[in-house]
Amino acid sequence: MSVTLFYITAVAILLFAILSVTTRRILRAAVYLLFVLIGTAAIYFLLRYNFLAALQLTLYAGGIIVLIIFSIMLTSQMNNQLEKPNDLQVVLASITSVVGVGLVLFVILNHSTFITQYSEKIYHVKEVALSLISYQKNGYALPFEVISVLLLAAMVAAIIMAKRELKNKEQ
Amino acid sequence: MENWSYIIWILIIPFLSFLFAALPGTKLKSSVSGLVGIASILSVAILSYITAYSYFFVSGKTDGVFQKIIAFNYVWVRFSEILQIDIGGLLDPISVMMLVVISTISLMVHIYSWSYMHGETGFARYYAFLSLFTFSMLGLVLATNIFQMYIFWELVGVSSFLLIGFYYEKPSAIAASKKAFIVTRFADFGFLLGILLLAYYTNTFDFITLTDTNGALITSPVAATFMGASVLTWAMGLIFIGGAGKSAMFPLHIWLPDAMEGPTPVSALIHAATMVVAGVYLVARMFPVYLMVAPDALEIVAYTGGFTALFAAVIACTQHDIKRILAFSTMSQIGYMMLALGVSGYGGEKGLGYMASMFHLFTHAMFKALLFLGAGSVIHAVHSNLIGDMGNLKKYMPITHITFLIACLAIAGIPPFAGFFSKDEILVAAFEHDKLLFSIAFFVAGLTAFYMFRLYFRVFWGKKQAYHHAPHESPLIMILPLILLAAASCLTGFIPFGKFVSSDGKELLVHTHWNIALPAIGFALTGIFTAMAFYRKETNASKDITNALGAVYKWAYKKFYLDEVYLFVTKNIIFNGISKSIAWFDKNIIDASMDGMALVTNYFSDKIKGAQSGSVQQYTWWYMVGSIGIAVFVLYFLMIR
Amino acid sequence: MIQGVPLQHILLLTTLLFFIGVYGFFTRKNLFTMLMSVELMLNAVAINFVVFNAYLFPENLQGHFFTIFIVSIAAAEAAVAIAIIVNVYRNIRTVNAERINEMKH
Repeated sequence: MSVTLFYITAVAILLFAILSVTTRRILRAAVYLLFVLIGTAAIYFLLRYNFLAALQLTLYAGGIIVLIIFSIMLTSQMNNQLEKPNDLQVVLASITSVVGVGLVLFVILNHSTFITQYSEKIYHVKEVALSLISYQKNGYALPFEVISVLLLAAMVAAIIMAKRELKNKEQ
Repeated sequence: MENWSYIIWILIIPFLSFLFAALPGTKLKSSVSGLVGIASILSVAILSYITAYSYFFVSGKTDGVFQKIIAFNYVWVRFSEILQIDIGGLLDPISVMMLVVISTISLMVHIYSWSYMHGETGFARYYAFLSLFTFSMLGLVLATNIFQMYIFWELVGVSSFLLIGFYYEKPSAIAASKKAFIVTRFADFGFLLGILLLAYYTNTFDFITLTDTNGALITSPVAATFMGASVLTWAMGLIFIGGAGKSAMFPLHIWLPDAMEGPTPVSALIHAATMVVAGVYLVARMFPVYLMVAPDALEIVAYTGGFTALFAAVIACTQHDIKRILAFSTMSQIGYMMLALGVSGYGGEKGLGYMASMFHLFTHAMFKALLFLGAGSVIHAVHSNLIGDMGNLKKYMPITHITFLIACLAIAGIPPFAGFFSKDEILVAAFEHDKLLFSIAFFVAGLTAFYMFRLYFRVFWGKKQAYHHAPHESPLIMILPLILLAAASCLTGFIPFGKFVSSDGKELLVHTHWNIALPAIGFALTGIFTAMAFYRKETNASKDITNALGAVYKWAYKKFYLDEVYLFVTKNIIFNGISKSIAWFDKNIIDASMDGMALVTNYFSDKIKGAQSGSVQQYTWWYMVGSIGIAVFVLYFLMIR
Repeated sequence: MIQGVPLQHILLLTTLLFFIGVYGFFTRKNLFTMLMSVELMLNAVAINFVVFNAYLFPENLQGHFFTIFIVSIAAAEAAVAIAIIVNVYRNIRTVNAERINEMKH
C-alpha cells in the first residue's frame, strides 16, 4: 500500500515539476511548485521523518511559496503570459539535462546492487533538537550557529535592500 | 662637575628660529624673521661663549687633561643591544672651539646680511636657511657618534645646496647648487661606506669609544685586509673621501668655485669659515684612529692637503672673479689644515701638527670670513664680481680697505696678524715630518701672499675706474662685523692655543720657531712686493708675464681643465656610453617586453570578451557544462582504474 | 512503511527532479520562475540527503540536519533573492533575466 503510494507520489512530483517549469502562467508555476514541495513532504512522511516533513510543509510550502506569490503580485506579473523560450535555449537545456541525467544514472546503476532495506527508526523531535544544540559527538551546535548567523545576515541584507529604495523616494 | 645640559639649547634655538622663519612663509614680515634669526644666533653665541669659558677655564680639565664630556645624550634608534644610534652633545676642546667659531662667524654674517640682503624678495627664506645651516653645523660639531655626525653632515649639505641656489631664478645658481650637492653627495657615499665598514668591525659608532687610545680599536685593531691594505685603512680612507668632498680637496673641489653663486655672506659663512672645514674637523675628530690604526690613510690626507694647497694657490693667481679667488684661497688654506693633520703625531710635541691645524682653522675662519664680507662690501658698492671693474677703491671705502688689508696680511702670514702664528706652526710640523710637504707648504705661503695682494692692489689701488656712480662706504651694520672680525684677525694669533687644544688634551706649550718663521716671512714679503710691483699701478709687467707664461697661464686660468675633464667623463663616457646603452636596453628590451605582454593580453581579451555577455543563464550553462565535463573526466579515470 | 522500495528508485526520482530544475533554470526568462527552478533543485538534493540517511546511515543524524540546513538556507536565499528581484524591478521595471545584462564587457 505504502509502496504504491510512494510511486504515485513520485510520479506526481515529476509531473508537477515538469508542469512548473513549462507552464506559461507564472502563478500556476508557483502553485505547481507548491505541489512538488508537498509531494516531497509526503515522501518524508513515508520515510517516517515526521519532523522534517512538518518543516517542509511549514517553511517551504507555507513560507517560501507565499513569499514568492506575494512578490509576484508586488511586481504585477500576475496576468502576464511568460515568454516562450527560444528554440536554441530549449535544445541546449534539454541536451544538458539529458546528459546530466545520463551521467548520474550511469553512476547510480554502476555502483552497487539494489538496496531495499532501510531503518524504520523514528527520530523524535526531542532527540533531533538535543542533537542539534549538542557540542558532543554527533552534536551540531557549530553548524547551527553558523546557519543562524547566515540567516541573520540574510535578514539584514533583505531589510537594507528593501529600505534603500524608500530612502531614495523620500529624497 | 658642572651641569652641561643647557648645551642642548645651542641646538634647539637655531632650529626653532628656522621653523619660525620658514613655516609662515611670506605671511610674516621679513624683518621680523630676520630679527628673530639675529636674536637667536646672538643667544647661541652667548651660550657658546659661556660654554667655552666654563669648559676651558673652569671645569673642563681633570688632572691637567681636557676631558671629553657628554653634555646630553638620547637614544634615537635602538636596533640591538650593541647597535644603537644616539643623538647627543659631546664637548671636547675641538668641539668647543668649533662652537665658538661657528657661532661667532654666524652671528657676524647674520648681522651683516641684515643690510646686505636688505630688500631681497627671499629675505625671510634666507634667514630661515641660515638658521637651518647654523643648527646643522652645530649639530655636526657636537655629534657624539659618527652616525649623528653623518646625519648633520647631510643636513649641512642640504642647507648649503639651498643657499647656493638662493637666487633660483639664475640658471647658473641652480647649476652651481646642483653641482655642489651632487659632488658632495658622491663623496658622502664614500663617507657612508666608511662608517658602515668601521661600525661593522668595531660594533660602535661612538667617538669616545672609537678614539680612546686605550680602547679596543686602537690597542688591538682588526686584522682583516682587503686588496693589500687593512680594512680599517680602507674605512678611514673612505671616510676621508667624505671629508675631502665637503672640504673641497682635490679632485672633489670642483663645486666650491661654482658655489660662489650664492649670496656673499653665505660664502663667508658656509664656503669659507665653517662648512668647508667640516672635513678637517672630521679628520681631527677621528685623529687617533687615523694615526694609530690607519697611518697610510693619514699619509693620503697629508698629500691630498699639500697638493690641493699648491694646486688651488696656482689657480688663484690667475682668476679674475673676486669671490673665486677667495674660493681657491679657501681651498688652499684648507689644504694647509689637512696637511698639518697629516704630518702630525700624537701627544706632546709630536702633536704639534694637530694643534696647528686646529689653530689655523680657527684663525682662518676669522680672516677668511672677513675677506668674504669685505668682498661682499666691495661687490655691494660696485655691483660687479670682476676685479677688472674695480680699482682705486681705497678712496671710497676706507674702512673696508683697512679691514681687507688686515685680512690679507693675516692670510699672508705677516706678524703679528693671526695667520702668521698658525701658519708658522704648520710649517714647523711639516718640516719635522716630511721635507717635500714642507717645501710645498713653504712655496704656497709665498704664493698665497702674492695672489692675495694681487687681489688687494687690483681692487683698492690700481687704475682709476670711471664708475657710473661713485662707490660709497657700506652702511654701519655691514661695517661693524668687518671691524669686529678685523680685530679678531689681529688678536686671535696671540691666543696660546696649545693650552686649550692639543692632540691628547694635555697642555702643549708652543713658541715661535724663528728659524722657520723668518724665511717664511721673507718669502711672503717677496710675494707681496712682487704683487705690489705688478698691480699697484697699472703697468704692463703683469701682461708681459702672462704672455710669457702663455699656455701655462691659460692652463691655470682654466683651472687645469678639470671641470672639462669631469664634463667629458660624465657626459661622454657615463651619459653617452653607459647610460644611453642602458636606456636603450630599458626601452627596447625591458619596456618592450612588458608592452608586448600587455599587447598580447589586450588582443586576447578583445577576442574573448564576448563571453562576458551579461546573461546569467549563459554563465550558468557554461558552469553546468563545465561541471559535467569534470564529472565525466573523473569518472573516466575511476573506471580505468 | 515503504520497505521494499530500492534506494536507486528514489535516487532516480531526485535525479530527474534535479535536472527538471536545471532545464527550467535554462529556459525560463522570468527571474521568479528561475528562482522556482532553483527551489526544485534544492528539493531534489534535500530528498537525497534524507534517503541516504535512512538507507545507509540510520544511526547518525547527518542527513537530517543537512536537510534542515538546506531548508533554512533556501529560506534565506529566497528572501534575499526576492529582495534583489523587487529592487531590480523597481529600478529598471523588468524581471526579465535577458534584459538585465548591464554587467557585461
